[in-house]
Amino acid sequence: MSLARHPLAQSQKSQRLDHQRHDFRFLQIAGVGLFLALPFIFASLGLTSAPYILDLLSMIGLYALLALSLNVILGMAGLFHMGHAAFFAVGAYVTANLNLTYGWSIMATLPVAAVASGFMALLVAFPVIHLRGDYLLIVTIGIVEIVKIALTNDIFGWTGGPNGLIGVSRPVIFGYRVVKPHDFFYLIWLMVGISTLLFHWLENSRFGRALKYIKEDTVAAEGMGVNTTAYKLMAFVIGAAWAGMAGTIFASKMRAISPESFTFGESVIMFTIVILGGSGHQKGVILGAFLVMGLPELFRQFQDTRLLVYGAALVAMMIFRPQGLWPPKPRLYRLPAPYDQKYPGEEKLKDGDRSC
Amino acid sequence: MAHFVEQIIFGLTVGSVYALIALGYTMVYGVMKLINFAHGELFALGAFVGYIFLVTLNWGGLLGPALAIGCVAIIVCVATALAGHALERVAYRPLRHSDRLAAVVSALGASIFLQNVIMVVWGAQYRAFNASLLPTIVWRVAGQSVPLIRVFVFLTAVVTMAGLYLFINRTRFGLAIRAAAIDQGAAKLMGVDVRKVIAVVFLIGPALGGLAGLLVGIYYGQINFNMGQMYGLKAFTAAVIGGIGNIGGAMIGGLLLGLLETLGDAYISGAWKDALAFVALILILVFRPTGILPERVAEKL
Repeated sequence: MSLARHPLAQSQKSQRLDHQRHDFRFLQIAGVGLFLALPFIFASLGLTSAPYILDLLSMIGLYALLALSLNVILGMAGLFHMGHAAFFAVGAYVTANLNLTYGWSIMATLPVAAVASGFMALLVAFPVIHLRGDYLLIVTIGIVEIVKIALTNDIFGWTGGPNGLIGVSRPVIFGYRVVKPHDFFYLIWLMVGISTLLFHWLENSRFGRALKYIKEDTVAAEGMGVNTTAYKLMAFVIGAAWAGMAGTIFASKMRAISPESFTFGESVIMFTIVILGGSGHQKGVILGAFLVMGLPELFRQFQDTRLLVYGAALVAMMIFRPQGLWPPKPRLYRLPAPYDQKYPGEEKLKDGDRSC
Repeated sequence: MAHFVEQIIFGLTVGSVYALIALGYTMVYGVMKLINFAHGELFALGAFVGYIFLVTLNWGGLLGPALAIGCVAIIVCVATALAGHALERVAYRPLRHSDRLAAVVSALGASIFLQNVIMVVWGAQYRAFNASLLPTIVWRVAGQSVPLIRVFVFLTAVVTMAGLYLFINRTRFGLAIRAAAIDQGAAKLMGVDVRKVIAVVFLIGPALGGLAGLLVGIYYGQINFNMGQMYGLKAFTAAVIGGIGNIGGAMIGGLLLGLLETLGDAYISGAWKDALAFVALILILVFRPTGILPERVAEKL
């Protein structure tokens, strides 16, 4: 029996790992705290560019929200979905319409936008959910193109055509009107925080395990009795509903929405945020949002060539690090009881059974 | 009725261009099972290479239209073939054995890269292509007007496709391409050099796409750096309609899509013209994922 296999040795080792993780976790919490204190830090420093930076951080947060919702579909269930902008658009237009035509407050439209986007996802995904890999990819591209054409053509008189809808009001939360860049900063990052937590629970639930199984091997999952179609559809609906809520926030932040904000290109951006950051890992996805949305802003003076570099970086990334910058760790499952304690004397058999 | 026949001719013209581009998608997909997103950009590159010679260097004026178009067509084909080859070497070959998702993202990256190279070099605005290259002859055939330029585009595309069809179905190397498309492993065991097949596919496909770009430039008289995106998606749709991986299917799918679009434009709604192609794509994938000329079964559970 090797030392590492010894129960005592293992517990010591895992204690050490726990300790290290603890330090790391402390750093992460400190980082998040510092990040949330940024508006105050900017205010106390008297930075003139503070509104611009906070605006940018809000935008990054919005894309983080979108990418987190796409991560449910693409990262957790492994469905190649490149039409997320379509659901984002549904949320934004539902909010804008309810607000402009019926005078609903923005926060009241939030659940409606979520339901509308989720329902739309159910409707369009139902017939195509059985398609695999790049077939699904190309269908979702078709969906986002159709939605954009529908928006441009003022479908049912709801979308205002190519000019879009103008004059969406600001959200009011418990009597507080969200107007300033730092208001939106907190609103959006609060939503990112809540979403991360909810999706974390989702990932570690029965549902999340089913999605993981479907991602790794759909046929085997089907064989083990996982209703793959139902789970895939649910992943689609949840992801789309979240994108719809992001649409609500987007509409009230920009105050004007038009079809240009919901193109195939936007879908590609969301897709690459998830892939570059680390498909299936929420922290990675948020990191991806910072890189994909933040870096181009840092290189504004190279306006013409930055997308060129972005394309080249995507290719290089796929060649050298296809799993993304911060991929998820393989999940560890605790075995009910050590094998050798249950069946003493059968030690020869236990090679390789203590798997993760 | 007169209007209808003219629409058919227009549809065939547009469709033949789609078919030319679709061939590149379908050949690459057949052999590598990869959607080459950058193919639309190679098409645009073809248009811009043609622009250099026909407009910037004014070969049309120097050599006369027929000789100029012939020479430029060859140059465009060679240039886009080389670009396609480089693309395969840099962006796809290292990913031959990796995840499909990685290859798709790499293709997207290559597409973004190429599109922005074109934008940086030629700018974001529309470029006017020398419209007076071909004489504006319009024949009257049985009361129908048949413009020379449409006939020219259609015939060029059809002759090229016929050549490709003979190459694929009548030569030894064509046989190797078909074999690699059906089963790479088995083809390797039978002595087919699959690497070479892929390299050649990435020469032929882009060359055809580049030629299509040149034809679009001559036909519409203006080009733009992001023209490849819409044409690429439409041509991919055409390839799916014909049954992806199927060379004859891509040709028929392209022509059908062209007809569908022009007829939809004329009789249903011009604003929804672009949506028609994507609706057709979704319907085909849902109800008949193998396309109209089934050869291979789409992966489906």
